[in-house]
Amino acid sequence: MLVLVPSFVVMIVFFYGFILWTVLISFTNSRMLPHFNFVGLTQYITLFTQQPRWLIAMRNLLVFGGLFIGASIILGLFLAILLDQRIRGERLLQTLYLYPMALSFIVTGTIWKWILNPSLGIERLVQQLGFSDFTFRWLVDPKMAIYTIVIAAAWQSTGYIMSLFLAGLRSIDSSIPEAAQVDGASLPRIYWSILIPMLRPVFMSSVVILTHLAIKAFDLVVVLTQGGPGISTDMPATFMYDFSFKYDRLALGAASSVVMLVMVMIIIVPYLISELRGTRNAQN
Amino acid sequence: MRRSVVFLLVLLILGPALLFAGGRQEAAEEPSGDLKGEVEVLHWWTSGGEAAAVEVLKELLEAEGHTWVDFAVAGGGGDAAMTALRSRAVAGNPPTAAQVKGPQIQDWAAEGFLTNLDPVAEAQGWDNVIPEVLADVMKYEGHYVAVPVNVHRINWMWVNPDVFEAAGAEIPTTWEEFEEAAEKIEAAGYIPVAWGGQDWQEATVFETILAGVGGTDFYVETMVDADPEAIDSPKMIEVLETLRMVHGYTDPGAPGRDWNMATSMVIEGDAAMQFMGDWAKGEFVAADQKADEDYIAASAPQTAHQFLFNVDSFIMFEVDDPADKAAQRAMARLIIEPEFQEVFNTYKGSIPVRMDMDDEPFDIPAKKSMRDFAASADSGDLVPSMAHEMAVDRAVRGAILDTITTFVNSPNISPREGAKMLADAVRGAAR
Repeated sequence: MLVLVPSFVVMIVFFYGFILWTVLISFTNSRMLPHFNFVGLTQYITLFTQQPRWLIAMRNLLVFGGLFIGASIILGLFLAILLDQRIRGERLLQTLYLYPMALSFIVTGTIWKWILNPSLGIERLVQQLGFSDFTFRWLVDPKMAIYTIVIAAAWQSTGYIMSLFLAGLRSIDSSIPEAAQVDGASLPRIYWSILIPMLRPVFMSSVVILTHLAIKAFDLVVVLTQGGPGISTDMPATFMYDFSFKYDRLALGAASSVVMLVMVMIIIVPYLISELRGTRNAQN
Repeated sequence: MRRSVVFLLVLLILGPALLFAGGRQEAAEEPSGDLKGEVEVLHWWTSGGEAAAVEVLKELLEAEGHTWVDFAVAGGGGDAAMTALRSRAVAGNPPTAAQVKGPQIQDWAAEGFLTNLDPVAEAQGWDNVIPEVLADVMKYEGHYVAVPVNVHRINWMWVNPDVFEAAGAEIPTTWEEFEEAAEKIEAAGYIPVAWGGQDWQEATVFETILAGVGGTDFYVETMVDADPEAIDSPKMIEVLETLRMVHGYTDPGAPGRDWNMATSMVIEGDAAMQFMGDWAKGEFVAADQKADEDYIAASAPQTAHQFLFNVDSFIMFEVDDPADKAAQRAMARLIIEPEFQEVFNTYKGSIPVRMDMDDEPFDIPAKKSMRDFAASADSGDLVPSMAHEMAVDRAVRGAILDTITTFVNSPNISPREGAKMLADAVRGAAR
């Protein structure tokens, strides 16, 4: 117990202490430096009523989060099922799919920035192949740019989600699908009605992991689009950084980070509760 | 053995302190010339010519016997340095001097952190050599609290004359001529304008157009006083129409492009011109290009008589130790002295803050810049740059940048709506 005291103190002060400090600052009118002139909920009201940029960031989070989580899980599960067929070279394929996860979002963002740039990447390549009318300009189109972030993020995370699902599939007792096979069930039916429903805990973990990645999405956006064109791909995290550190509106930035914290908690806390209850039931 | 070392250390540390203890009272009032102290300097000049330029100041200070403690924080165009400065100041342990510019100087002074530099300014006659508009930025309630280091001009147009010649176009001096020239350049297969699609670069072009189309008074009303009534006006609509017209002559790869990549498009002859401050000159020099031959530095259309300035400066924090105060004042004095102004600004590619200097050691664009600087200071056309944090506080600047980059990248927003959005954004960000 005594050995844990230092780390406990460090965690209390530097983690929960600073959360509390941020919450306090969000109720003040701090601009360049933190001050404690409390103004109630003013910053939160400003955030949701007078900051079109925050509303864009929230909408982008919904679009990005929904598509990114959906795409990663569907593709990840699909790849896991394909790899589950005990094919040759499975190890190699699994490693190949998993490798993007080893990259940081900075590297992923830089690669996709080049691939998607009209004067460097796909558009130029296809045009040079002779299709001179071909255009692919999602990255520089304010309406489509958010989807390029989905593509890059899903590319990076799919392999990881695939590994989770593959591990889940492998942990199911092989007698179950075998029994279904004896009963005459087709392979798609075995997966759809028996195996996938049994993977429910893996779905839960995947959603939690991907959700917090989505809400904290910062580095990828900064590298890939810098929030642009314009502010069309702004995210809550980039909003928070700009307002706290570039625009000297510390309190407004703090308010936005508290909103982000609450969003993460809404997702994580029910999950933690169900997990804790699950293990307690298992112990009983 | 060890005890004697400790004794020696104590003697070394306490000895001078005891010697000075008697004289300390008077020294705190006005530091004398022979005290040797230490300055800790926060800056973000870490690359190439900038690093060499800051080294000059360090050497000059050390030649006088003072100690320079470098506190360089790279990255984010100074955002990282500002974050470091804020945490140091909040912790009650600010450095001696920090690279802070524009209205932020007033913010730091209002927080009560800064020291009064009037004694140095009076002894050296700052008011006689520095233009008043610029000096006002350095003052808080009439007292100098910051030292200007260099002057950059924003409203430049960097031209590749070969591209203009190949397209049969003339270098424009008005936006009407610009449109004619851009048509010809585009028809000849070149990109008329090398555009960096980042918020501050778009704001740089915006304020340049605003100064030219709207005139100096309109610039001051909208970008310095940030008056929402003036912003939501027919003149602003005209400015935004011009901005949209200019943006029409850029290439699709522009979003997110860095300014130096845009400059290299001009150098390579892919693009005809770029609107950017005079730091772009460094890229031409690095590519072995000669001014007036391989490239031409012209003032942006309709702004020949105007000078949008971006001035780097050091704010000086209040320090207690008399020796350190002496070192701090020496630093302020050295920065303004002609010797440093000449060496530093030839390295950095900017021009001196003093108007009484010989332009002989400077290159062609800098000479032109120095002439225009003096002329605009006389005619009242010397104005601070909004995009480069010289005119309005960072909250208002952020609101303007967000709106301008949204306008530029959303063709469905009309100039009329744009002007209204801009006025609303400025209203929302004001204190």
